[in-house]
Amino acid sequence: MNGNTDFAIRARGLTKQFGDLTAVNHLDLDVPRAKIYGFLGPNGSGKTTAIRMLCGLLKPTEGSAEVLGLQVAEAANDLKPRIGYMTQKFSLYGDLTVEENLRFIADIYAWPRKNQKPRIDELVSKYGFEKRRRQLAGTLSGGQKQRLALASAVLHKPELLLLDEPTSAVDPRNRRDFWAKLFELAEDGTTILVSTHYMDEAERCHRLAILDTGNKVADGDPSTLQASIGMTVLEVNAGNPGDAQKALTDNPDIVSVTQLGIRLRVLVADDHADPIALVSSDLAAHGLKADVRIIAASLEDVFVASTLASGGSDE
Amino acid sequence: MTPIRLVAIMRKELLQLKRDRISLGMIVGIPVMQLLLFGYAINMDVRNLKSAVSDQANTHMSRQFIADLGQTQVLNLTRSVASPEQLEDLLRTGKISVGIHIPSDFDRRVIDNRRTVAQLLIDGTDPTIVGVAGQLASMPVQFDSGANRQPSANTLEVRPFYNPERRTAVNVVPGLIGVILTLTMLMFTAVAIVREREHGNLELLINTPVSTTQLMVGKVVPYIVIGLVQLALIVAVGNLLFDVPVRGSLLGLYAGAAVFIAANLSLGLFLSTVARTQFQAMQLTFFMLLPSILLSGFVFPFDGMPKLAQYLGEILPITHFIRITRGIMLREASILELGNEVLMLLVFALVALTAAILRFSRRLD
Repeated sequence: MNGNTDFAIRARGLTKQFGDLTAVNHLDLDVPRAKIYGFLGPNGSGKTTAIRMLCGLLKPTEGSAEVLGLQVAEAANDLKPRIGYMTQKFSLYGDLTVEENLRFIADIYAWPRKNQKPRIDELVSKYGFEKRRRQLAGTLSGGQKQRLALASAVLHKPELLLLDEPTSAVDPRNRRDFWAKLFELAEDGTTILVSTHYMDEAERCHRLAILDTGNKVADGDPSTLQASIGMTVLEVNAGNPGDAQKALTDNPDIVSVTQLGIRLRVLVADDHADPIALVSSDLAAHGLKADVRIIAASLEDVFVASTLASGGSDE
Repeated sequence: MTPIRLVAIMRKELLQLKRDRISLGMIVGIPVMQLLLFGYAINMDVRNLKSAVSDQANTHMSRQFIADLGQTQVLNLTRSVASPEQLEDLLRTGKISVGIHIPSDFDRRVIDNRRTVAQLLIDGTDPTIVGVAGQLASMPVQFDSGANRQPSANTLEVRPFYNPERRTAVNVVPGLIGVILTLTMLMFTAVAIVREREHGNLELLINTPVSTTQLMVGKVVPYIVIGLVQLALIVAVGNLLFDVPVRGSLLGLYAGAAVFIAANLSLGLFLSTVARTQFQAMQLTFFMLLPSILLSGFVFPFDGMPKLAQYLGEILPITHFIRITRGIMLREASILELGNEVLMLLVFALVALTAAILRFSRRLD
């Protein structure tokens, strides 16, 4: 098998240190082509640093990355025309109009002049800017800005799209539209690496890596990750969830207790013989009555379980 | 090298400038304001100094002497008082700058060659007035007494070339062109890269195939045009309001200015790669501006400066440019005769631009 054709990104031992801080720690990464690959992790987990190393903006302290069959360290300039990059912060020109921004990007990528207008028209209609062609980009809403940023990142039809928290300032409906666009792009053969701290977005990825304080703590497709969490997930309906949470937190056999509305989500290691009895008896000992049942693991449970296993982020 | 990209950067700069009303206003505002300030307010011609006289001789000869002093137009004799003490009071309260005391034995002093004829009381707090008083003291005065008073050795006839009327504007405007262009051109480019960095645009730009050279040159070229527009404005206003001539070739002046502007823009870009914030960029601009005003020969005669200051001045592009403007505008020199100065500016521009390109990192670490 030829790695160049199967994987858009292969990284081995990718490490970045800023002084004493290890932002990314020996990251191994295999991103298959034409798939949406997610980086899930809280702020400061090293998502942005990893993406910047992959596009050559940062030089790795250690390790190497091969992107689209080329070593990033040696061929960063050859890669630039083949990669689309969307920064976390809106990085187009706020004092240029939608159309001027797109035209600028088209020129910068030396998109042939005669094909420029059709390509810009196509993007304008596809990304819904027909009525805002002459509006200054700085006056667009958060969702519109992100759409424009995506439109300009894909203008030159890159093979690989790197998106750094593209939807962090976008409302749920616009996020859904945004993801619909990403799926279209992936179907057309574009490989997409997207970082996020939203669980629902992570679930949409074909494959994802969970990052925690610079370490990759899980890697796989979302359903496999959920199935192989290594924990039993219990839902607890107690009259007073606050008291119940206090009671359970001290139990050494219970890995994690999270309150969700009036219910509690409890994680117990799956080698425990009878997790329902464990929780019920603990609550009974504190004089609390509760309804306890086993439920399927969510991606959030995977996230909690894997970050705890790694020594965890201390938020 | 694809010219599309270079043109894209240039067009983007102009579009941004078009929407930036304040910067746009400064392109016109700075030259006009500076010109009016220097042309009108800062007047180094000493004329019409308020003065008073105390004539205790009150003879035909003393009255003639006072009239002669008035003729110079340096003094504006507004009043006459009885005693030198009153002159001192007027000086102290700032009502006059110069007092003339003519003693009662004035006529005898005129005949006696060894004595001064009268006394000049001067407000010494203003150095220019002191300088003028020195000239007045050696003023040759014809006395029609028939007495054969010898003219003293230092009463030389002063005959200034190129600016016979000794108008300040003629001296100042050619240098002022340099100061204005230095200020505005440095300011525009010093913030150029930093602004893109602060707004996050740079992270996007360095991820595109645009080269550093295209980025730098694309940012410089539009401002060369703007600088030349400023030059036209200064020359026109200077000519209309202050009669400042352009005796040499206007084309030569423009050619010299284009190189000078390029030098300043390149320096500004270099500063922009050094500064981390727009505020720092402004500070660096003013750090460069002060020596440009003081050491370039604009304010103080270059040859009169200490050697070290002269060496520093030679490094500054404005020093060479002021030699070019004064040469072309006032002495009718040709740009070829000033070739060395142009060459220095060219070298400066290339070195600064290269330094800026080398310093500019296409990475974030």
